[in-house]
Amino acid sequence: MYAALWRRLPGPAWARVAQLVALAIIVIFVLFEYVFPWVSELLPYQETTVGE
Amino acid sequence: MAIETGTVAGSDAPAAAPGPRHAKPRSDRVLSSIGELLITAGVTLGLFVVWQLFYTDIQAGRLQDAALGELDWVDPVAAHGTTDSGLSIPEAVQLIPQDQMHFTLDGAPIVPTPRIAEAFATLMVPRWGGGYVKPISEGVSRREVLDTLGIGHYPNTAMPGELGNFAVAGHRTTYGKPFADVDQLKIGDALVVQTADAWFVYRVTDTSFVLPKDVYVIDPNPANPGAAPVTASITLTTCHPKFSAAQRFIVHGEFVYWAPVGVGVPPELYEELT
Repeated sequence: MYAALWRRLPGPAWARVAQLVALAIIVIFVLFEYVFPWVSELLPYQETTVGE
Repeated sequence: MAIETGTVAGSDAPAAAPGPRHAKPRSDRVLSSIGELLITAGVTLGLFVVWQLFYTDIQAGRLQDAALGELDWVDPVAAHGTTDSGLSIPEAVQLIPQDQMHFTLDGAPIVPTPRIAEAFATLMVPRWGGGYVKPISEGVSRREVLDTLGIGHYPNTAMPGELGNFAVAGHRTTYGKPFADVDQLKIGDALVVQTADAWFVYRVTDTSFVLPKDVYVIDPNPANPGAAPVTASITLTTCHPKFSAAQRFIVHGEFVYWAPVGVGVPPELYEELT
């Protein structure tokens, strides 16, 4: 899976590493800003209110 | 199948011929892909924990500071001039004179119902340190208020200084954790709420643990649920135990006095804590 990604990236090794780092930063940003806040709302352990 | 691919090889570029990397059996490749997916899932879970425990504080802290910054009536001296010891009163601080303290609710300026996610008041709790000033915003939905703006006011409960129960919720862990030190509150501790027009001073009357379904704690008269309110009270709700949804930590307080903004800051912000 990751080997296929590595083969598909263009350029020399250092350029591929740079691309992977950039990709990782984008993925982490999307996770931190959008995915995790959404997921955490579905988990009950952070509830602070009374009701329901 | 293998024979067929061999016979059409001429039509494709020679590079399409299986290299050493493709020589692994198909089952090996599937297995290693599953392994990589499992590692990815593990790393993602680890990232979630890092996000929950550390990054939410940064994220929400930024939003809460911004919300506080937009309230131009927040007294900078009151907000940053108090000391943790609660003993030394900075020279620049003017305390509210006795004759400006109103010990009944008569004439108290009540904030009109804000829109959801609008910050309309601040909370100061000397027990939680001199610099403790947090915005209070309307609503208790996680996304709009509690996970972002911090302390949220239960809609349809009383406003500060209004006959009834001013009920607010806040996180005890993560997301800026405005109620992190809720377990340190003692009976008699001051809870100071400021709005654009007035200061409202409450004192803690009791703390308790209840079940999440026990909505009577935000009843207009929490001491006697169902009965008409006889005074203005304040209620804080947060999770208990930490990182659990099993119970709620409840703090009740009762109105002591209100004073108009502009004549000084409540002396309770500087009182000695025991």
